[in-house]
Amino acid sequence: MSRTPGISVLNRRSLLLSAAGAALAFPAWLALAQETAQTVVERSKLFEDAMSALLKGATPVEGRITLELPEIAENGNFVPLTVSVDSPMTHDNYVKAIHILSSANPVARVATFHLSPVNSVARVQSRMRLAKTQDVFAIAELSDGSLAMGTATVKVTIGGCSS
Amino acid sequence: MTATKPRIKIPESAKAGEVIEVRTLVTHVMETGNRKDKDGKVIAREIVHTFVAKYADQQVFRAELGPGISANPFIAFSLKVPGPGTFEFSWTDDSGATVIETLPLNVV
Repeated sequence: MSRTPGISVLNRRSLLLSAAGAALAFPAWLALAQETAQTVVERSKLFEDAMSALLKGATPVEGRITLELPEIAENGNFVPLTVSVDSPMTHDNYVKAIHILSSANPVARVATFHLSPVNSVARVQSRMRLAKTQDVFAIAELSDGSLAMGTATVKVTIGGCSS
Repeated sequence: MTATKPRIKIPESAKAGEVIEVRTLVTHVMETGNRKDKDGKVIAREIVHTFVAKYADQQVFRAELGPGISANPFIAFSLKVPGPGTFEFSWTDDSGATVIETLPLNVV
């Protein structure tokens, strides 16, 4: 890919991202693109603090939460979010709360959703802001006191301004 | 600016025991408190911080929102219809104002 002189960093990044999309057929390329993305994912001190306050030393189970977010968000002001937890939602076994945390927004805690067995399906949708490329975490508090966690990385083209 | 124009989408009718999706939206600026105006002064935070949904006078869903939720907050959740009833939705923002919207569900 030839580059014209004076092309902005942002343009180069979106070029790289579209290249990554086009390279789906080439796993080696994709791995390289993901590695590049990893280096720009930022985890703020605020996020680390919010996360440890939530976990309180417990280790969350991975794999029970599906966090649906776009891989690439062109507009960081409106990023559709769907979170669902694999739970029977019965009176003995249900999801009490789902917390959404962002790793690089100015405020780490995005939202907390409180559920109960009346919901029957532990699935919530919303729209969030993302200031820059980062990881989003969903942490579910289950009725037996255990925690489950899911995560997704979103590459942000235009950041949601100071969300 | 307080929350205005609540918009709710629920099925036209539902059976008792059926799981329905409830989609809600309210108009609100969701000012983050991190932005500055043209004079460099911080624009005060002004967000809807609490959303509560009740059905037949029972709380069925509650959300605490932060500035990371987009303007005009959209929230959708599921509910297993316990029987006939009316929804009551409320949004409370940093100014202390609460907007309430009620909507009956046609249970057949």
